[in-house]
Amino acid sequence: MSKEKIVLCEDLADVMPPEYQELVETATYGNQDRGWKDIGSSKELIEQHSLCAGCPESIAFRYILASLPAPENTVFVGSTGCTSLVFPHVAVHNIHSLFGNQNAIASGLKRTLACRFPDVEKDVVVLAGDGATVDIGLDMTMQSWFRQEKFTTICFDNELYANTGGQESGLMQKGFVAKMAPKGKSFEKVRLAEIAREAGCAYVAVLTVSKPNRVEQVIKNAVLVAREIGPTFVQLYTPCILEIGKQSMEGLDEMKDSETIGGRFVQKEYITDEAQKLLDSIKEETKARKKAAKDKKTVTA
Amino acid sequence: MSHYEVKPGPEAFLPPAAASMGNVLPDPGEAHIGGKIVPEEEAYDKAARMILGAKVPTIFPGPLVLWKWTDHVAEKAKAIRELAIEAPMRIIPMADYRPKYPKIEAAVEINPNHPNLTIWHNKIDVCIFIGVHCHMANLSLKIIRGGTSCYTIAMCAMSGHEDACLSFRDADLAMIEKLKATIKKLKSEGVESQAIPFTQFKMSRSGPIVPA
Repeated sequence: MSKEKIVLCEDLADVMPPEYQELVETATYGNQDRGWKDIGSSKELIEQHSLCAGCPESIAFRYILASLPAPENTVFVGSTGCTSLVFPHVAVHNIHSLFGNQNAIASGLKRTLACRFPDVEKDVVVLAGDGATVDIGLDMTMQSWFRQEKFTTICFDNELYANTGGQESGLMQKGFVAKMAPKGKSFEKVRLAEIAREAGCAYVAVLTVSKPNRVEQVIKNAVLVAREIGPTFVQLYTPCILEIGKQSMEGLDEMKDSETIGGRFVQKEYITDEAQKLLDSIKEETKARKKAAKDKKTVTA
Repeated sequence: MSHYEVKPGPEAFLPPAAASMGNVLPDPGEAHIGGKIVPEEEAYDKAARMILGAKVPTIFPGPLVLWKWTDHVAEKAKAIRELAIEAPMRIIPMADYRPKYPKIEAAVEINPNHPNLTIWHNKIDVCIFIGVHCHMANLSLKIIRGGTSCYTIAMCAMSGHEDACLSFRDADLAMIEKLKATIKKLKSEGVESQAIPFTQFKMSRSGPIVPA
């Protein structure tokens, strides 16, 4: 898909549901400065979602979709879990893989897209839960990092298997008691960010989704570094409010609590020198482009 | 295996897949009517007569003809609109395949996961699927046969559908135009459309322009 193909056939456009007409007219495909601030003023790339009321995962989806540098040239690879319920409502190409296979699928997909579209930068983004990333799919996840596959892996970390009723996962914190883990977890939360760094990821970030500007920056960094350098990994805390005994309105507070000093999700990043250099140059280019646009606007006025 | 006739339903909550009953897809140049392989010409005549004899004939265009992903598709869309005007037939889009929440607007859209709602709501008695991906068309056709009395016609661009009451295969622009020409010919011979008069709804970004 490219931006030019997101067009309705003229002769049948007038029978299309309003959400598609809006998508074609006001979505931010092709806008290189797209970001979370577009939410509310342009058509989002998520139409609806089937997650629980107040689920932080739904807001994470919205921020990520608003932050992708080129959604028209992006393919998501999802896996089993709550995320897989949302992908049918997303206006970005996506593939549902078997539980845990997502990084293997993404490896093949990225290589194939590079052969099929040598002149177009096609981004591949894996988006899976902690069960798929750390438990069932850890082999595929790590092997893709070892191989230096150029795509981004995003893990929605809700610290348990939420979709199936609250079983213990590798990313669950030590001692936590869940509905299906009544004895409490007996070992520490897996330090996946450090594993990712050691396994060869050029950019690694851990944070919650309480602050959209931070999520936007991290997603952009991860995708842009993956394009040029190698694998990147983003771990986002998206607590399952149902499984940790919270109310719909308490997801944001839970995330804010967990990112205070000493918390499990204080924002951290691991960036290789090469990736940092790239990000610095992109920042300079963006700054120069925006300045030029501003100057042009001033002259015109 | 005995011949299994694919008739309009309601057949059962879970009608059998026609393929599992021994029905096969037509070869190029052929079509099937009720599961029986016939020459394509015979299918045009039958489809045109069913459309003209229906009270609420409807076209369900799918994503493959709604989105202009090639210029050829735009030509197909134009032909579909002309077919709808010639018959006349309603057009209700199958814009996507997602299970829509909290509910679909049955008057103006159809969804493969619960196509029966649109058929029931609009009292559709004959429908044509065009431009719907085969796996979704198969799902939808079975549900329609299971729970409604609608006669289903598939204009499939691939190999056809066993689960439709009538199915063409390799349906391209010329075949859509030929169906239109057949309808026109029958009308000129005195076969009148039995369609209940209607106004085709139109949508804008903010909702219906002509109330459905």
